[in-house]
Amino acid sequence: MSVKIDLNLCTGCAGQEEAFCIKYCPGDLLAIDKETGKPYIRSERDCWDCMVCVKACPFEAIETRLPYQLASYKASLKPKVYKEKIVWKLNDINGREEIYELQTGG
Amino acid sequence: MENIVIKVLKTDLLIIGGGTAGCLAAVEAKERAPEIDVLILEKAHIERSGCLAAGMNAINAYINPGETPESFVRYVRADAMGLLRKDLVLTMAERLNEVVQRVESWGLPIEKDEKGNYVPRGRWNIKINGESLKPIIAKRAIKAGARVLNRVLVTNLITKDGKVRGAMGFGVRDGKFYVVRAKAVIVATGGAAGIYKPNNDGSSHHKIWYSPFNTGAGYAMGIRAGAEMTSFEMRFIALRTKDVIAPTGTLALGFGATQVNARGERFMASRYGHLGAEGAPTPLRVYGPTQEIKEGRGPVFMDTTHLKEEDIVELKKSYLNMYPELVLFWAANDFDPAKEPIEIQGTEPYLVGGHAQAGYWITTKRETTLPGLYAAGDVAGGVPYKFVSGAWAEGVIAAENAVKYISSLDNEHIHSMALDVRGEIKRVYTPLFREDGIRSAEMEERLQKTMDEYAGGVSRYYEMNENELILALRKIKHLKTQTKYLLASDLHELMNCHEVIDRIDIAEVLIHHLLYRKETRWPAYQSRVDYPNLNDREWLKFVNSRLKDNRIEILERPYKQLVSGDRYIP
Repeated sequence: MSVKIDLNLCTGCAGQEEAFCIKYCPGDLLAIDKETGKPYIRSERDCWDCMVCVKACPFEAIETRLPYQLASYKASLKPKVYKEKIVWKLNDINGREEIYELQTGG
Repeated sequence: MENIVIKVLKTDLLIIGGGTAGCLAAVEAKERAPEIDVLILEKAHIERSGCLAAGMNAINAYINPGETPESFVRYVRADAMGLLRKDLVLTMAERLNEVVQRVESWGLPIEKDEKGNYVPRGRWNIKINGESLKPIIAKRAIKAGARVLNRVLVTNLITKDGKVRGAMGFGVRDGKFYVVRAKAVIVATGGAAGIYKPNNDGSSHHKIWYSPFNTGAGYAMGIRAGAEMTSFEMRFIALRTKDVIAPTGTLALGFGATQVNARGERFMASRYGHLGAEGAPTPLRVYGPTQEIKEGRGPVFMDTTHLKEEDIVELKKSYLNMYPELVLFWAANDFDPAKEPIEIQGTEPYLVGGHAQAGYWITTKRETTLPGLYAAGDVAGGVPYKFVSGAWAEGVIAAENAVKYISSLDNEHIHSMALDVRGEIKRVYTPLFREDGIRSAEMEERLQKTMDEYAGGVSRYYEMNENELILALRKIKHLKTQTKYLLASDLHELMNCHEVIDRIDIAEVLIHHLLYRKETRWPAYQSRVDYPNLNDREWLKFVNSRLKDNRIEILERPYKQLVSGDRYIP
């Protein structure tokens, strides 16, 4: 299990002390690649799939990928985070799309 | 090693672990005594740390209308097979509703009906929209005035004359060695995952129930400091959906799903009806399906095929609030829970005082046996069924009493006492300076394999006997002698090294506890095949331990009946 970072969308959070994904990962699993200035995951197998980095990324550049031993290619689940809600876009392996909107603030 | 920068900090109240128990403690301390300095040391980043990083969709310890703290104690007592600290559960239960309302006032959305009442989801449960639970609580702790140091891993407590006077650790980012002098300390680091081999391996080895980043530091530092621990033998095993290990409580309580075996038999009713069927104590709800699989009637499922399309939408929303990857797992495997039942399994065992009761032996004030040290949340023992809101209540109680303790102290002595931290610096940083040796992941595998095979892991259907446990102890003691060969190439790996060292220390204590209790009190959680029955006449008591003169000694503590009624009736 792990996350996949789209380096075309990722900016490395220039100007921030630390990229948001690196800052918040509860497992300290994301680090900066000194050559590209962009984050990478140092140990894919150690990811808990908590999706904290996915939700924290301002550029929607990170996607959760379940390990292939458990889940087939290629479904996706992507959140769009707003101030008081999250909108989840789910695509199953047949390409069917579902949208879920959830309240997160009072 | 002489280049290590030492940073000495002083505070009044040090909180180790910025999960929700620690944050509630910080808020309570600052609101109660604004003049005291509160410092939280957090190994990750406080905004998304601890086991609630991903969120939560229900509060599972709440006194709904018609119930009382006493009725809660009766329920939890039966769920814990008649043995728990009623004084602790009662003092927690009395605070549950108050803390939930407090967190709601900070911005946590709780579902309400047309009349404005919370929506119950079972006897002790209410529904919340808790995706942002952790950031809401963390921000409040900061707003209340607590200082936070993120990315610092605490490795040991500072003790002086038997009293706890602070803690030490290192910066996972800056590499500095932190020495924090404090008048009182609250330990709230959470429980321990990663002691046993998980259900999944390889690329999925962290696809586990409890946060894999909760590695039992709080237990380990307490053990090494000589604190008395209780009930490690009451391990916790969660009943989860197979593969992605998502919670099943949502299915049972929120959507009326029942357990069935491969033949479609409702085995909890047919085999465990006399013990409460689907409402049997939590250990039996893991033991039941495990036995079905062991005896060849698996796979086992939660039957969701009665659900309609609109129910499935609600079910998915419920998981998105807490465990989004289950929804992705279904989408990836073309799975529809309205058409097929959901396969379930038990996880590997964990030590978690918030679900079972492994942890520090504490008073109702949440004081540990070491003066100056308080415990709250999953590290506090004897109080099962606390879950999220109970951990908050304990944070509040611990802070209330730590503040009183601080005000009773003579300030001068504490912050000026002499300290020698050279030994700890050497212990902490040595893996960085070794050229050859063992990587933390290798040692973790060895620990987990040993515990799985000789101390009742998943592959053994959680069962164990004395001979196996004696061998487990020998192997773990040997492994302990190998920790001096641990190797780290950076600070992240150094953190991993200490996480495995801590878990080995915990595993040793756990085996001592498992060996000592010669009955089976909590099937699956603690299944002694050589003593298969519950034995109230000899074992209605707590098994405690502490490290003394470098040896783990076992102590027995009596059970006290404080709330009337049959201990086995909820």
